Amino acid sequence: MRKLLIMSTALCALALPASAQEITVMSFGGAYGASQMEAYHKPYMAMTGIKINSVDADNPATPLKAQVEAGNVTIDVADLEPSDLVRLCDEGALEVLPLDELPLSPDGKTWEEDFVEGGIYECGVGTIVYSTIIAYNGEKTKGVDAIEDFFDLEAFPGKRGLRKSAKLTMELALMADGVEPADLYDVLGTPEGIDRALAKLDTIKPEIVWWEAGAQPPQLLADGEVTMTTAYNGRIFNAMIEETQPFEILWDNQILDFNLYVIPKGAPNRDAAWEFIKFATDTQRLADQAGFISYGPTRKSSMALVGLFKDGKTQMASHLPTAPEHMEGSLVTSVEFWADHDIEISERFNAWLAAN
Amino acid sequence: MALPTYASPLERLWHLVYLVICALVLLFLIAPILIVIPLSFNAEPYFTFTERMLTFDPAGYSLRWYDTLLTHGMQAPEGPRDGAWWADAWNNSAWIRAAKNSLIIGISATVVATVLGTVAALGLASPAMPFRRVIMAMLISPMVVPIIITATGLFFFYSQVGLANSYAGVILAHATLGIPFVIITVTATLVGFDYSLTRAAASLGASPAVAFRRVTMPLILPGVIAGALFAFVTSFDEVVVVLFIAAHDQQTIPRQMWNGIREQISPAILAVATILVIVSIGLLTTLELLRRRSERLRGVTPS
Amino acid sequence: MAATTGGRLLKAAVTRAQGGARRRAFLLVLPLLAFVFFSFVLPIGQMLHRSIHNPAFAANMPQISAWFRDNPVGTVPGEAAYAALVADITAAAKARTIGVVGTRVNYELSGTRSLFTSAGRRAARLEPPYAESLPALDAEWASPQLWSAMRNVSTAYTADFYLAAVDMTRATDGSIVSVPADRKIYVEIFQRTLLLSLLITVVCLLLGFPVAHLLASLPMRYSNLLMIFVLLPFWTSLLVRTTAWIAILQGQGVINSTLVALGIISDSERLSLVYNQTGTIVAMTHILLPFMVLPLYSVMRTINPAYVRAARSLGASSWTAFRRIYLPQTLPGIGAGSLLVFILAVGYYITPALVGGASGQLISNLIAFHMQNSLNWSLAAALAAILLGVVLLLYWLYDRLVGIDNMKLG
Repeated sequence: MRKLLIMSTALCALALPASAQEITVMSFGGAYGASQMEAYHKPYMAMTGIKINSVDADNPATPLKAQVEAGNVTIDVADLEPSDLVRLCDEGALEVLPLDELPLSPDGKTWEEDFVEGGIYECGVGTIVYSTIIAYNGEKTKGVDAIEDFFDLEAFPGKRGLRKSAKLTMELALMADGVEPADLYDVLGTPEGIDRALAKLDTIKPEIVWWEAGAQPPQLLADGEVTMTTAYNGRIFNAMIEETQPFEILWDNQILDFNLYVIPKGAPNRDAAWEFIKFATDTQRLADQAGFISYGPTRKSSMALVGLFKDGKTQMASHLPTAPEHMEGSLVTSVEFWADHDIEISERFNAWLAAN
Repeated sequence: MALPTYASPLERLWHLVYLVICALVLLFLIAPILIVIPLSFNAEPYFTFTERMLTFDPAGYSLRWYDTLLTHGMQAPEGPRDGAWWADAWNNSAWIRAAKNSLIIGISATVVATVLGTVAALGLASPAMPFRRVIMAMLISPMVVPIIITATGLFFFYSQVGLANSYAGVILAHATLGIPFVIITVTATLVGFDYSLTRAAASLGASPAVAFRRVTMPLILPGVIAGALFAFVTSFDEVVVVLFIAAHDQQTIPRQMWNGIREQISPAILAVATILVIVSIGLLTTLELLRRRSERLRGVTPS
Repeated sequence: MAATTGGRLLKAAVTRAQGGARRRAFLLVLPLLAFVFFSFVLPIGQMLHRSIHNPAFAANMPQISAWFRDNPVGTVPGEAAYAALVADITAAAKARTIGVVGTRVNYELSGTRSLFTSAGRRAARLEPPYAESLPALDAEWASPQLWSAMRNVSTAYTADFYLAAVDMTRATDGSIVSVPADRKIYVEIFQRTLLLSLLITVVCLLLGFPVAHLLASLPMRYSNLLMIFVLLPFWTSLLVRTTAWIAILQGQGVINSTLVALGIISDSERLSLVYNQTGTIVAMTHILLPFMVLPLYSVMRTINPAYVRAARSLGASSWTAFRRIYLPQTLPGIGAGSLLVFILAVGYYITPALVGGASGQLISNLIAFHMQNSLNWSLAAALAAILLGVVLLLYWLYDRLVGIDNMKLG
């Protein structure tokens, strides 16, 4: 009798995990989070029956670090920016991933050949390439064709929107001041370079409106609060297509960056998490997500599969940051540079920001 | 204060100016609340009054933001509004979940704060209480310490003991924040309390517990309820602590509004605001009725 | 000698009864006290501890930390020191703690994080003499600044974060100096926080005094009705009020549109009222005004109007009667309201974050920045500790002048 009881309990225990498994995925929310839900989460849930809890955060790196330090991790997969990834990986807060298990591309390329440079690390697999661009209202402001126009208050009067961080803002200032993208981080690494960037920003400082969340730039443009603003290209695209706002994007000197999936150390469902990442970063899935938001896939093989936007009308290929016609003068954010200099440059930037 | 009949013309003028200043200040206080209400009916996704709204064109107004409160987060918002649609809304709508969380957390935190706070206030009001000032200071401190410090401290502490990302953690944190209000209002009520009533009850044979339940409690009830209301509003309105220690499942209404201000910037939060204003008016009315009841019970004639 | 009916001394009996009353009172308070201690005092204490305790370097680099302990400031590092350093780096790289170590040194000396992480990758292959092979990887390893920085961080208990919180740092010889002018932020933001809070308190007092006076002098029926104007904002969500102010003050908002429609300003000269200090001041005044009105009101209610009438009857002008009779009686209310508003204003976070832009940022926003963006929790804790110190000082002042038991919330 007792043996029977133990056997049946054991059988039940074996049966349960298969159907009750869940994983928790944390990302940035908004239109971007919604695109991941459509392109990765829903197909995965349909395919495997594993439930995915989607959680949002302003920056998943913070709760992730806190959880790892407390030894109480509830997140299985997190979406991070590369500079946070490098820092957390060096600190041992992330699992080292068995990258050789990643699926091959349809034409047989391994992950080393298929992922673009900067799109994959030992602790993280890249999902999207996004870029920070300058957006403006095409009906009210005409003739914007270079980033120097952003700093030209006479030809284009009105306020400017900038992200409230040294990253992305200092690079823009230097490029508008004439520094070539190839030399940019060398210049920014010197005290004179920092002074030069801040001096350039000083020319428009009274007219700057600072934003922090990705959804703010389209709102600022729609409200007429700013004439031109930096923004994440996907958010502007969604405003243009879904809300039919008359926005336009200046692709010159766009600043590219990535988002990557990581697994925190001590994640409760590590194996299930890795299975999800392998699925979400395969060629087809990365091409699918481009149908929900205009962010480029990190696999070269996905580009050929990118089709229409979910509205069924718009061709996505020309709206992606990685489209050849947009890559002129573009800058890829240097992860190593910011991992080292973020603290120092942010201090200078915050001091400049706080000074009246 | 009525103007005395012997007031000089200059005084009359000053009195008029004083009334105008008061009117302007009261307008300053109430204007933002009133502005929110018409804006929540804006047909377009802006925070500004559109042309059509200003000319009272009916096409400029719509209930779409109230609708968004139901549909945002649903899995199939476009379907017909039948039983399954409402079930979907109840389970998945982000705002409905936020409302549920706010109520669960708010009521639980209020109960904890009120029970602990009332009992402690009874002890504090007794003249025999040792270390009264120090203890009072410690109990009031959550109200005074800047919320960002409380939030960061709780974040570290809860991460270590495993209370982060749980209902229990948020409820305890909100109870801590609400306790000072309960203490203040109940001790204020007990200041005017006539202890001879409890002594009379004792002399008639009531044990301390019975005397508390049947004599003290009904008389201090307005103070307790006022404190409970303050504690509830504190929890209902609290966003900084929730930002730091709550997980996705425990998002409250203010947390969702914060999302709405940062992420999906849409007048849906103004629709929530209008509903909350109406609820606040309801709470205020309750408070006023209670105050009048307490005055009647004490035999004080309202002036 | 007096005695009770039981034969005991009266004095002893009274003391015993009072002791019982004291114990009973204390037992009633005990549950709450324990609750507040564990859910509030302890977490805050722990956070403050983090501001002086950062073992990131000391715990993970034990050998070099020991060398620093054994050798005073100014000792030139020799082969023993380098050997200890290399051993530690190799061990830390294997344990994947080298990044944490590098970040900790980076707080002291910028640009050194990559020094540690790249050395970590290659340290296992280094050959003695380490005093030559380590600087061969990167010349920076021989620099005195780096060694001085490492010495500073080699103790787990440090006051350096407090130094950073007041814009100071340690020079190579160990003395305390000010950071370069273009890096100073915190002192200025503290000053700005205190000054803005003071300004807001004064404005609240000027606006709140007439309103409280009106409410106190009207009969209860009418004053309760008008009180709704004060209490409704008080009860309305903070985020709602702040969002409403954005809608009112923004470039295309109500105020600007009205002024343009009335022709007072032209379309291109719209006033910049939000995302700057003006926005912070207006929004915070609105939010804190009820906290000024309510204490003032409750004090003014208790003032007997007969005194002012008596003064008038003795020949005082209305201004003199107000200044010398009425105003002094309201001083407790003014003190209570002002201190309350000031304490709350100093710690505010949400409103400056939403409407303050860059120039309206207060110290709480910087604390939040270090918590969430730069992840420098020790510095955030140090800033929070200083803010807490200021608030506790004001709170103590409030207690001396007004008494916390006398706080009334209407």
